[in-house]
Amino acid sequence: MTLKALMLGCAAAAMATVAFADEDAVLSIEGETMVTQAAAPAHMENVDTVYSGWTFRTPETQALQLDDFDNPAFVFVDQALELYETADGTAGKSCMDCHANVADFAGLKTSLPRVEDGELVTMTNLVNECRTERMGAEPWKYSGGQMSAMTALLAHQSRGMPMDVTIDGDAAPFWEKGKELYYTRVGQLDMSCSNCHEDNYGVMIRADHLSQGQINGFPTYRLKNAKINTTHGRFKGCMKNIRATPFKEGSPEFKALELYVASRSTGLSVESPSVRN
Amino acid sequence: MKSYVYGIAFACAASVVHAGETAPTAVQFDEYGAVPVSLTGVAGDPANGRKVFANRKQGNCLACHQNAELAEQSFHGQVGPALDGVASRWEEGDLRGIVANSKMMFEGTIMPAFYVDAGYTRPLEKFDGKTILSAQQVEDLVAYLLTLTD
Repeated sequence: MTLKALMLGCAAAAMATVAFADEDAVLSIEGETMVTQAAAPAHMENVDTVYSGWTFRTPETQALQLDDFDNPAFVFVDQALELYETADGTAGKSCMDCHANVADFAGLKTSLPRVEDGELVTMTNLVNECRTERMGAEPWKYSGGQMSAMTALLAHQSRGMPMDVTIDGDAAPFWEKGKELYYTRVGQLDMSCSNCHEDNYGVMIRADHLSQGQINGFPTYRLKNAKINTTHGRFKGCMKNIRATPFKEGSPEFKALELYVASRSTGLSVESPSVRN
Repeated sequence: MKSYVYGIAFACAASVVHAGETAPTAVQFDEYGAVPVSLTGVAGDPANGRKVFANRKQGNCLACHQNAELAEQSFHGQVGPALDGVASRWEEGDLRGIVANSKMMFEGTIMPAFYVDAGYTRPLEKFDGKTILSAQQVEDLVAYLLTLTD
């Protein structure tokens, strides 16, 4: 290798270090400071520090999350609060009839997905279980507008609390499956989640600043499509980008992947509903 | 009309191996992962290669590589090395091998293989059994890369 090639190699390597607009930027929402950087959980062998997706965004996008009045997601959260109070289904009940105070859902998002009776369940599953089993109502579409808004409202109750999913015991086989999916290359572009979000976070891929793909801010409002986006919806979009046939939203694969990715967010504050590009 | 016919031919290019072209499965890589022989026998067109390089639905090389020669295009990626002066560092066969299937030279690289049509997991149906670029697009791209000297 010539000295010149060596120097070019070094320049490229130097560029690959994490570059934030402002590494010391603090996310403080309504006076509450969020943890946007944390020591990576022990199970992450290749990463020392986990970073919220917020840290990778431009100052303009970051600013939209500092005040709930500026955060466009709250239009949808307010709509969900109306749904929350509205009776639906043959039992004539609303969410509020059983869960008088929505704030009681504080902590739920930090623990999901989790295993119940041998099955891995997401917040979406829990909402639909309530609708079909207790309300006598039709289930909502997995990533439809009503479900996205409702899960944003419920996740919001945990804002500021650290992500903390269980990965051992009953959850272990689901977590292992999710991990395997995370590292499996798929699609015509033949890439795994890790190729971008573990090996190359912090660098630009064309106009996008690659994040770690953390989901502590989900459901999230994306400027790209001006609506609430779910984790499974985002997984689907990523898979299409690499020209892979996505798994279905709510599928065992995406639920397992959600558990694994949530475990990579351990220690980061729930920011739901966050704002991303 | 002429451009219409050209458009049809172009749209099909990535899925059809033309007479005289090397099929994706028949590409001969040497022990270093280089492909010394042209895939088509037709000289590459660097002007078209420049378009292939930038086009998001073709090479989209700018997604990951900076290239000062395409300064008029905004947003150059940083995932791979900058390609300024790449022809002063690599031989033609190396560049062809890297574009066709860089995994033959760099094990485990993130870089997609642009002339491989099989062996993918869960490819979207419309890309199943197809290469990202046609053989001639690979040749055009290599011809363009060869113009990027120090």
